[in-house]
Amino acid sequence: MYTRSDRSAMAEWWRTIDRWFLAAFLALIAFGVVLSFAASPAVAERIGLDTYHFVERHGLFLVPAIGVMIAVSFLDARQIRRLALITLVISVALMIAALFFGVEVKGSRRWVRLFGLSLQPSEFMKPAFVILCAWLFAEQQRRPEIPGSLIAMILFIAMAALLVAQPDLGQTILLAGIWGAMFFIAGLSWLWIGLLGVSAGMGLMAAYFAFPHVADRVNRFLTGEGDTYQVDTGREAIVRGGWFGQGPGEGTVKRILPDSHTDFIFSVLAEEFGIILCAVLVSIFAFIVLRGFWRATRDHDAFQRFAVAGLVTLIGFQSTINIAVNLQLMPAKGMTLPFVSYGGSSMIAVALTAGMILALTRRRPESRAGRVQFHSVSRFQPAS
Amino acid sequence: MLFPRLLARHGGPIVQARDRSPGGGTASQVRSRMAIAIACFVAVYGVIGGRLVQYGLSEIDSGSRYSAADRSLASRPDIVDRSGIVLATDIRVASLFGEPRRIVDVDEAVEELASVLPDVDYKEWHRKLSSGAGFVWLRRELTPRQQADVLALGIPGIGFRTEKRRFYPGGPVASHILGLVNIDNAGIAGIEKYVDDQGLGTLQDLGLDVDTELAPVKLSLDARVQHIVRDVLVDGMERYKAIAAGGVVLDAKTGEVVAMVSLPDYDPNNPYNALDKDRLNRMSAGTFEMGSTFKAFTTAMALDSGKVDLNDSFDASRPIQIARFTISDFHGKKRVLSVPEIFIYSSNIGTAKMADVVGIEQHREFLTRIGLLTRMETELPEVAKPTQPDEWKKLNSITISFGHGVSTTPLQTAVAAAALVNGGTLLKPTFLARGADHAKVLGKKVLDPATSDAMRYLFRLNVEKGSGRRAEVEGFVVGGKTGTAEKVVNGRYSSEKRFNAFLAAFPMDDPQYVVLAIIDEPKPEEGKSGATAGMNAAPMVREIVARSAPLLGLMPRFGEDEDALLVSY
Repeated sequence: MYTRSDRSAMAEWWRTIDRWFLAAFLALIAFGVVLSFAASPAVAERIGLDTYHFVERHGLFLVPAIGVMIAVSFLDARQIRRLALITLVISVALMIAALFFGVEVKGSRRWVRLFGLSLQPSEFMKPAFVILCAWLFAEQQRRPEIPGSLIAMILFIAMAALLVAQPDLGQTILLAGIWGAMFFIAGLSWLWIGLLGVSAGMGLMAAYFAFPHVADRVNRFLTGEGDTYQVDTGREAIVRGGWFGQGPGEGTVKRILPDSHTDFIFSVLAEEFGIILCAVLVSIFAFIVLRGFWRATRDHDAFQRFAVAGLVTLIGFQSTINIAVNLQLMPAKGMTLPFVSYGGSSMIAVALTAGMILALTRRRPESRAGRVQFHSVSRFQPAS
Repeated sequence: MLFPRLLARHGGPIVQARDRSPGGGTASQVRSRMAIAIACFVAVYGVIGGRLVQYGLSEIDSGSRYSAADRSLASRPDIVDRSGIVLATDIRVASLFGEPRRIVDVDEAVEELASVLPDVDYKEWHRKLSSGAGFVWLRRELTPRQQADVLALGIPGIGFRTEKRRFYPGGPVASHILGLVNIDNAGIAGIEKYVDDQGLGTLQDLGLDVDTELAPVKLSLDARVQHIVRDVLVDGMERYKAIAAGGVVLDAKTGEVVAMVSLPDYDPNNPYNALDKDRLNRMSAGTFEMGSTFKAFTTAMALDSGKVDLNDSFDASRPIQIARFTISDFHGKKRVLSVPEIFIYSSNIGTAKMADVVGIEQHREFLTRIGLLTRMETELPEVAKPTQPDEWKKLNSITISFGHGVSTTPLQTAVAAAALVNGGTLLKPTFLARGADHAKVLGKKVLDPATSDAMRYLFRLNVEKGSGRRAEVEGFVVGGKTGTAEKVVNGRYSSEKRFNAFLAAFPMDDPQYVVLAIIDEPKPEEGKSGATAGMNAAPMVREIVARSAPLLGLMPRFGEDEDALLVSY
């Protein structure tokens, strides 16, 4: 496609991009398009919209999403950090605005209307938060006099407070999980792991006792009693689908479940296309996560290592939580399946995440060990 | 502040950075932490994969939402008579449904449907089809013609679903025995319910229902005899202007029910009136004071006790005065009667005196022994419990001896009668084919064979010389006992309204079948007077025997048999 001597930006990009990641993300996007045709017409009809309302919008969102992903993948680490900082500042501003001026949907204020579009700023906050945390951890390790971990902790508490205020417990738990995982990878001492683990447990207990709907869902999951209609229906659909599925368009859950195009899209996939294809989808997510960790392990740059690990953790957590709920492995929790579920904000935010992963895993001459070694030696050797 | 103090106590930054390699914490430490994280994710994705495999291997439990729709396709076994004639079977029918969201023009759709289904409830269907639901039933179980007509209309959003429907080729002929199924093909009455209770229903609830043919359930019924009995009863009901009638033909040696009819009945193919109070299965679910037919049991008891002999005589010249009641005879002879005379003249006084000789407790014990005081056990779910006085006094024993004061089901009366004539073996009645060998094992000896012999003589004598003369069928040696019971109206026995029965068996030298016919509130036949059992129930039995005996494989014998029978006593 491009020769090595071609020094144009495109050629450079193509040569250095991690094509496995790119292929995996594009495969997820393809899954999303197919499933949008499968799941959303039924939902659209049910709520009285045009049959292909959600399909059209899904396609419409794909254009900026792919654009964002590719564009971001051109950036270098420093630009990524800047982008993350700007994104975080804007999304925090919008989240605060949402609390005061936002649209209340199902009892929480997560959405703001901007230029005629509904936005969920917390979606964009997540990858930006990961990048900034990665940067803070990396800086802390590079220059211990900077209280990076402390700032990361304060940042997390601030973000969590904003999410709880909405309230959006799912995102809070997700954020806490990612933050904890990054902290863990960054070399958190076991004492702190214990302390944070206990406080996480207490936080979950508090959520259980403070929010009746949380307690209700957990109880339903544990006892199997009460209104388990959505998850039961999801399960039934998967079992009905069997290995090879009922066939495209033959599904029934999509006519029944209100969130079939978002939270329960996995069940729709299982019913119409079969468990084997579900396994393929799960494999793609697993591949992204594991390849991300593998790349991070090999990366010598602390920031890139933490950032890539954090970003794939984000995708990993979101995908596993969504799928686990569909498979009745954990209490019902609304969580979108990255790239596959319907949702504009979610789609573009995931594209941003993917773009950042692609950008940070590009092969770069400057990330080669030698130069970094030189750099750090000159800077730290005297101090130690 | 919490954090600085914690930090201070820990003596360093939260993140450990002992040996700073380029880019942060110890390379090996970060690597091991990464490995732990990778291991966690591998485990989580592994669990998800395992769960997918588990789901892939699991069966659908149709216990919930899909079950009703699934079950409608599930098979029920055919029900056949003893020679394999189909009495109940499954047929496939199409049911009409609508998908309102796919219907283009509701008005047009309903109008077009109304053109082929004229009884369409226009408003109702219009409401259903504009409801915005995904799926609505419009009409279950169309005829093939209707289906073709609807199909020809080509209305979008209208479809058919194949269902199985129970069909009874004989219509009402065996309705009370076969019972009913509901719209989801689950048995709700009769043998149909019995089949479900035997495990089919449980299997279907567990999702093990099958769409394939099931082995048919073979009944003891003979479809031809069943038809004859019903024909005779329908005719009798009309002839005697009765409000109800019933009949049973029971194999005396095996306890198998060969035919059983209760009128009025219903058509199981269109059971709109099956739940009318009047249409219960009188033979097993109705209890009646059987009247004089009960004297057969009293006589058998007296003979079996050894305290009374066939040659004994009792004084029936004067009515019995007990408490405020006077027991007198209907056909009073006003003289001393021998036991056979008491039987054929149906003397209340003589029978009461025989019961008196036996004693109250023994009387009760005997009736219990031959199954007349307990709820009969058989396959049909509709079985009534007999009634008896809470406390048996002398008066109760006297009235019960001639059939008042105890209500039993006609079927169990026939079953007990079989024991009187078959050598003394009580057999649980069955509607399923049962071999003679099996019956031998099941039978319970309740009478001395000699008592049974004496009873056969008395039954036969009653047809030859007594009230049962109109039941005689030449060559088939019928024997039997009439019963004309006055019905209780407003707490008093009425002389206007009667419940008549004729309890018979044939051929009397070696009884093969017990036949019982009952008729409720018969009026005198046109041009004749009298509506006693001998005038209506007995001729009905004669019809049944005359028409069904040849089909049951019995040869008529003329001449010597009757003499032989009489000579032996």
